[in-house]
Amino acid sequence: MREGAGVIEALELRAVTVRRGGRELFRDLSLRLGAGQACALTGANGSGKTSLLRAVAGLVRVEAGEIAFGGTEPSEARGAGTHFVGHADALKPARTAGEELAFWSRWCGGDAASAEMGAKTLGVHGLLDLEVRRLSAGQRRRLALARLVAAPRPLWLLDEPLSPLDAEWRARFGEIMARHLAGGGLILAAVHDPLPVTAISLEIAG
Amino acid sequence: MSRLGALVAREAALAWGRGGGPLVAVGFYVVVIMLLPLAIGPDPARLAGIAPGAAWATLALASLLSLERLFERDYEDGALDLLLLSPDPLELTCALKCLGQWLATGAPLALSAPFAAMALGAPSELAPLVLACALAGSLAFAFVGGIGAALSLGARRGGLLTAVIVLPLFTPPVILGGLALSAAEAGLPWVGWFAFLGAYAAAWFALGPLFMAAACRNALS
Repeated sequence: MREGAGVIEALELRAVTVRRGGRELFRDLSLRLGAGQACALTGANGSGKTSLLRAVAGLVRVEAGEIAFGGTEPSEARGAGTHFVGHADALKPARTAGEELAFWSRWCGGDAASAEMGAKTLGVHGLLDLEVRRLSAGQRRRLALARLVAAPRPLWLLDEPLSPLDAEWRARFGEIMARHLAGGGLILAAVHDPLPVTAISLEIAG
Repeated sequence: MSRLGALVAREAALAWGRGGGPLVAVGFYVVVIMLLPLAIGPDPARLAGIAPGAAWATLALASLLSLERLFERDYEDGALDLLLLSPDPLELTCALKCLGQWLATGAPLALSAPFAAMALGAPSELAPLVLACALAGSLAFAFVGGIGAALSLGARRGGLLTAVIVLPLFTPPVILGGLALSAAEAGLPWVGWFAFLGAYAAAWFALGPLFMAAACRNALS
């Protein structure tokens, strides 16, 4: 199968409304994010930051409005051009860190060499023999983030990516994000603290 | 290894290691088979009469054991989200998950079915047909079971719900396999019943992934 969607020119939300469990989370939200831009999504707990990220990923249906990915078909952009790192790290406790990274890297379109590079970049290459259950929360998050580097995809959807990381890794991950943006990538991140890269800001009012 | 091959390997590895994996399912199977003579009495003639059918119906029950965690764990830890973000359709992903699960637990169970039947006194000439029925049947159980597992995503005590959903759908293969086995034992033509069993398995092999993918999408959204 072809690994397409190497480039996504823009992410556009046009008057998007999302309802969850019968409650309207937000209405008529619009955003335009060009290649090389990051957006910090802020808002109170429960305002719908995670739901917006999941809507962009196509996991949650939008009630009204449209989500477009420049000239790329949404199914192609989501299937081959989008990374999603949510609250849950999608790692199985009983498998080793190396097995999990190798699988997700492969699943997202990388290979063994790129998985190793991802592990080195996020500083988890010394942990690959350990079972995931032995890792700390910060180490687990770094292992999840390693797949962003292991399999290059242009659009990163990150749900509070920095919360379990220590100060040093927050700064280092900032550098990784800056490199991704410099290469024409896009980042939409739900955060409570400011992102360590230049970013436009979008606040979801509850 | 291709991406889809990697998925099957991962599913099989997870099912293999999942709480004892095939050993638990096969162990359950053996224990239930051993309980039957205790309940029915040790008369060899009577046991031999029910042996193929008992081995076959017990296989259906043992197939239920590994279903609960097929989608549930991926749903809870966010892996299902990532499996969706792929150029491959979710239907194919679900089919491969079921296949990986079947390789790790369904196939070992099917391999032990002829031994279970013979332990109860079934004639050894019947063993190849018991194995063939068990292989086709366990594939049907895996793919029908996958639907139940996907439908009960997010429910409390999902395993019990899965059993209630899928057991009615297990009845046709149990009936067809039972008919094929009793016909063969009586020296009557059994190919027709076996063909129906194969058709039932093939139908769910094709249709099951559609229902599983729809149920998974619904659970996530």
